[in-house]
Amino acid sequence: MTDIRTLEQTATQVRRDILRMVHGAKSGHPGGSLGCADFLTALYFKVLNHNPKFNMNGKNEDVFFLSNGHISPLFYSVLARSGYFPVEELKTFRKLHSRLQGHPATAEHLPGVRIASGSLGQGVSVAAGAALSKKLNDDKNLVYVLMGDGELQEGQNWEAFMFAAHHKVDNLIVTVDYNGQQIDGSTMEVLGLGADIEAKLKAFGWEILHMDGHNMQNIIDTMAKAKTMTGNGKPIFIIMKTEMGQPIDFMVGSHKWHGIAPSDSDLEKALAQLPSTLADY
Amino acid sequence: MKKFEVQNVKDTRSGFGAGLSELGKTNPNVVALCADLTGSLKMDAFQKEHPERFFQVGIAEANMIGLAAGLAIGDKIPFTGTFANFSTGRVYDQIRQSVAYSNKNVKICASHAGVTLGEDGATHQILEDIGLMKMLPNMTVINPCDYNQTKAATIAIADHEGPVYLRFGRPAVPNFTSATDKFEIGKALMLNEGSDVTIFATGHLVWQAIEAGHILAEKGINVELINIHTIKPLDAQAILNSVRKTRAVVTAEEHQMNGGLGDSICQLLARELPTPVEMVAVNDSFGQSGTPDELMKEYGLDATNIVAAVERVMKRK
Ligand SMILES: Cc1ncc(C[n+]2csc(CCOP(=O)(O)OP(=O)(O)O)c2C)c(N)n1
Ligand SMILES: [Mg+2]
Repeated sequence: MTDIRTLEQTATQVRRDILRMVHGAKSGHPGGSLGCADFLTALYFKVLNHNPKFNMNGKNEDVFFLSNGHISPLFYSVLARSGYFPVEELKTFRKLHSRLQGHPATAEHLPGVRIASGSLGQGVSVAAGAALSKKLNDDKNLVYVLMGDGELQEGQNWEAFMFAAHHKVDNLIVTVDYNGQQIDGSTMEVLGLGADIEAKLKAFGWEILHMDGHNMQNIIDTMAKAKTMTGNGKPIFIIMKTEMGQPIDFMVGSHKWHGIAPSDSDLEKALAQLPSTLADY
Repeated sequence: MKKFEVQNVKDTRSGFGAGLSELGKTNPNVVALCADLTGSLKMDAFQKEHPERFFQVGIAEANMIGLAAGLAIGDKIPFTGTFANFSTGRVYDQIRQSVAYSNKNVKICASHAGVTLGEDGATHQILEDIGLMKMLPNMTVINPCDYNQTKAATIAIADHEGPVYLRFGRPAVPNFTSATDKFEIGKALMLNEGSDVTIFATGHLVWQAIEAGHILAEKGINVELINIHTIKPLDAQAILNSVRKTRAVVTAEEHQMNGGLGDSICQLLARELPTPVEMVAVNDSFGQSGTPDELMKEYGLDATNIVAAVERVMKRK
């Protein structure tokens, strides 16, 4: 049993990785990556039944898709730290000839990535397809997705939501990073999703859960609950409250850190707030 | 080879932003739409100056194209702004049906085209957009080369009735055309008269071709260099006039070889004036992460590659 404290320490190391990767590449997306670090750490170190000896077809294991591909530094750190590829390789992020492309890609055969993402709004469709293939293969494992809240503005998501409910894709758990921020400002300013996202998804025929994306215990409990709700004819949607840039004091909650790299002094200040736990790459 | 004075080094997207801001002041029918990339597209000035004519549509590009078509019905002149990938491939049928086929006066303005967007990688680096857009009947396709030309093109397309695809980029590049040049859609621009070979270049590759021209001059090769900022409609007369003289052609663009400027020129020459052609373009491959300079080199798009292409084509004369 991985305990909460260990998961939290892993998430802290993952956050150090994120900051150092984006700083090293002088580009990338720290805000959403930091905000989802607790969730993705919990998913790979506790929730998923997965095999770091990567199989593209994901048969007989749970499968995860990152729809908001810009938070690739988080995805790569978690994959490396859970054994998909050497942690050392994180230093090649966004560099020429790296397997760690700016946004997740399959062309370079990075273990752990099953589909390219980065152009937003496509992950739920892909995941619903993968979930259907699990049913056809008589594979009882689950399909998980993480997506952004700004990303919800893409119409394709709603086509996928409609499809998954209609076709009873009940082996699918979608989590939205509900940080209230996107590039041009807060989601409310840019294009309000409406105060009641829960009601929208419910009306589309999904089961809804709420989760505190910065409370490891709550993440574990909510994901366990979600698992028990699968197989009942409805797909599951988790509204995960997070803060962009969590927990770096000068980043928290600001859309400004959506997609810029920290300077040398920013990095120093940020790392001072995150004690290294598993050793830096 | 003529020397071109570099006034400054600026991104072409800022030229678009400046042109749009100027249009806001001079043309009350110009409206702008953006899909959560206002800063990246440099549309913030227009947004601030004309909040009532600026529409933030969120991350919903398909909707943006439809909205623009509708605004055009009411005699507005909508300029849509997002990255080139999300301006074209993402919304192809919306453009095809609601803009091109319906012949609406929509200006599709696309930044971060090609590999020079850099580190974001292949998901964002569209190299097929010129092809996608030029295949559509009624569509005009423009790829200016620097800040001044992008600004001028932005202003010019407001006066052109019909759908336009305006393509520009992210990195800072030499700004060398004159700020007072008027932009004439469909008119090839002679940058240097020569006799041995014609280089037809578009977009960021125009500067690379100028650098190649200097290197070639030292080798005794006399290059004619023509800036094809408008890929459709193609200035067939200017192209044929030049090729009749030089009888050897190199095309240069930050785009797939399939479907780009070189492809258009080859079609024209095959019909009218069969001539040896070498193409500097991406050869049937996706891009990847890296710095703009690294990627220009990696995909064979820099001055060195243009020089090599000229040397190859000269042997085929
Ligand atoms: C189809 C598409 N349109 C636009 C973009 C540019 N873009 C990248 S991230 C982003 C904002 C995403 O907001 P959100 O999903 O809330 O992610 P967060 O900023 O919270 O990480 C945008 C507009 C994109 N990647 N794909
Ligand atoms: Mg968000």
